[in-house]
Amino acid sequence: MKISFPRMGYSYIAFKWLVENMGHECVVPPEPSNRTLDLGVRYAPEFACIPFKILLGTYIEVAQMGAQAVITSGGMGPCRAGYYWVMHKYLLEEMNLPLKIIAMEMPLLNLGDFWKKIDLLRRDGGISLKELLRVLKITWAKVKSIDDVEIRSHQVRPRELKRGETTLAINAGLAFIDAAQNEEEIREARQEALSLLDRVPCDEQRQPLKIGIIGEIYVVLEPAANHYIQLLLGEMGVETDRSIYLSAYARKNTIVNLEGDLFSVARPYLNEAPIGGHGVNSIAETILYARHGFDGVVQLAPFSCIPEIVAKSIIPTVSREYDIPVQTLFIDEQTGRAGVQTRMEAFVDLLQWRRDRGIHKKKVFSL
Amino acid sequence: MIQAYLGVDVGSVSTNLVIISELGQLLASKYMRTNGRPIQTVQEGIQALGQEAASQIEIIGCGTTGSARYLTSMIIGADVVKNEITAHAIAASHEIEDVRTIIEIGGQDSKIIILQDGIVTDFAMNTVCAAGTGSFLDQQASRLCIPIEEFGGYAAKATNPVRIAGRCAVFAESDMIHKQQLGYNLEDIVAGLCEALVRNYMNNVGKGKEIMAPVVFQGGVAANQGLVRAFKKYLGFEVVVPPYHDVMGAIGAAYLAREAVKRKGRTGFKGFNLENINFRTTSFECRGCSNACEVVQFFENNNLIARWGDRCGKWELQVG
Repeated sequence: MKISFPRMGYSYIAFKWLVENMGHECVVPPEPSNRTLDLGVRYAPEFACIPFKILLGTYIEVAQMGAQAVITSGGMGPCRAGYYWVMHKYLLEEMNLPLKIIAMEMPLLNLGDFWKKIDLLRRDGGISLKELLRVLKITWAKVKSIDDVEIRSHQVRPRELKRGETTLAINAGLAFIDAAQNEEEIREARQEALSLLDRVPCDEQRQPLKIGIIGEIYVVLEPAANHYIQLLLGEMGVETDRSIYLSAYARKNTIVNLEGDLFSVARPYLNEAPIGGHGVNSIAETILYARHGFDGVVQLAPFSCIPEIVAKSIIPTVSREYDIPVQTLFIDEQTGRAGVQTRMEAFVDLLQWRRDRGIHKKKVFSL
Repeated sequence: MIQAYLGVDVGSVSTNLVIISELGQLLASKYMRTNGRPIQTVQEGIQALGQEAASQIEIIGCGTTGSARYLTSMIIGADVVKNEITAHAIAASHEIEDVRTIIEIGGQDSKIIILQDGIVTDFAMNTVCAAGTGSFLDQQASRLCIPIEEFGGYAAKATNPVRIAGRCAVFAESDMIHKQQLGYNLEDIVAGLCEALVRNYMNNVGKGKEIMAPVVFQGGVAANQGLVRAFKKYLGFEVVVPPYHDVMGAIGAAYLAREAVKRKGRTGFKGFNLENINFRTTSFECRGCSNACEVVQFFENNNLIARWGDRCGKWELQVG
């Protein structure tokens, strides 16, 4: 079968390997472009949020490229995105595009369903159970290595002496990981990619501002959906960390790693009822970034995203109590970058003033 | 010759130029319509300022702000390029002692800036929708055949402002039309619109911000007395409109130029005679990789002076 999936940052490198090594053909989803957006906007309900429209556009594009199925995810908690794959399915049917949607629910929520779907793909691809386990393990190793390299790039970029060097280095490094075929090769590729980044000429004296990026998963993960915000800030000399990495829950070196803990962190601010999507996360992550000495936080929210709107109205209290500035960017169809650029420049000015006056060290928190 | 600083703010609707002295005194100012032609407008504005002031004033620093700030900086040879939020904050804190809140409404955007001890501690800008900005007011004024300058006068005469939906420009317009077709008088509708815009601003841009006095209202829209009154009514305290409210961004850019030149030592200002220089922008699509970046080139006469827009830095170029 020809299989595709939603594009989210660099993760396509790992998922491409997974699809191909389960005995299928992979249609690599193109980076979301104006065309993707046009298609999505044309066929999606007007009120749907931007992730829905970009995904629909992507599905149409991959269907035109010959894909027969897309593997996607279900949703989490009370957020309409949980129903999106169903709507995508109906819309594609209406358009007579023969694209099958295979929605994976979170394995932790419904392990049985998750396994059933994976196993079906395995049998269809004609690989053994043992082989499947090996393939999953290698895919996971790729996901982790890609994240390691990307995390490092966001630390290197604000220190680079010549604009663009880090981007060239990470692209070259990811190509090694793309080419790696087993765990040993992935290990080597990861090392090589990291050392490429470490060789980027840097100003070691520079002490960049640190900004945490939080918000709805799709717009946080896909640079084309968030005006390449980490690149933009990096090139303005700001180090960024984002709250969501696909490999985050299995690692300790990201600021935000244990999903379960986030609810207890956020509880003082929303005790009565949890909100879905990544709303609770956004509240908790603001606190975590403050505790870790970040200078500020940028919240990325699809326009009309209910969970992020709820979070946005709670965040000013968190921001005051933890003394950390938060800037919310609502993301919709606009592709002009000037607005984002202006807001980020002003936000960086604000953070720099605070740092110069020693304001951000005013309060000390216990971890 | 008086040594002075030039500030240029090129926004979507207006282009403002000011010259301030070392001590911050306003020596000259120009408020022009951008009319979608920023390059030409800046050239004309600089030329006009030169005719007024070049014989008595020597420009020893210049700065740009507004949405065309980068483009403008290449035209005039700016010493500093700053976003309009910072520029407005700098200007207001120089003009009004201990300012705590800045309400700024321009042609396409509106913002709130919160300051403490002269530094910005928080700000917000309208996102996604331009409801409640100058362009919308312009549009409604022309629909009602009222010159925008008289809009405030109509609002002042209202006895019983009509309630108009303020969340969205489209909702507001249809609500206005419904009320107008019921026979409400124009004054009450105009005043109702001002109140709706203030409500929208407070619920959208001002949400979650602690608004403390002194409050300064600046930007082109601050000329509208109807809005000033509506803000006072909503907030319950005085709102200050500074005398040069419509050119505050440019004033901020001039102050920033003063600081920048102290660091740099000398100005890059190209002089007042820009009239005969041909500035133009061209672009091409890079085929180096799948990103297909649109690379923009900026020419002064036939010399390429800047190139940008590529994500990888391959084409990037800045002369001078």
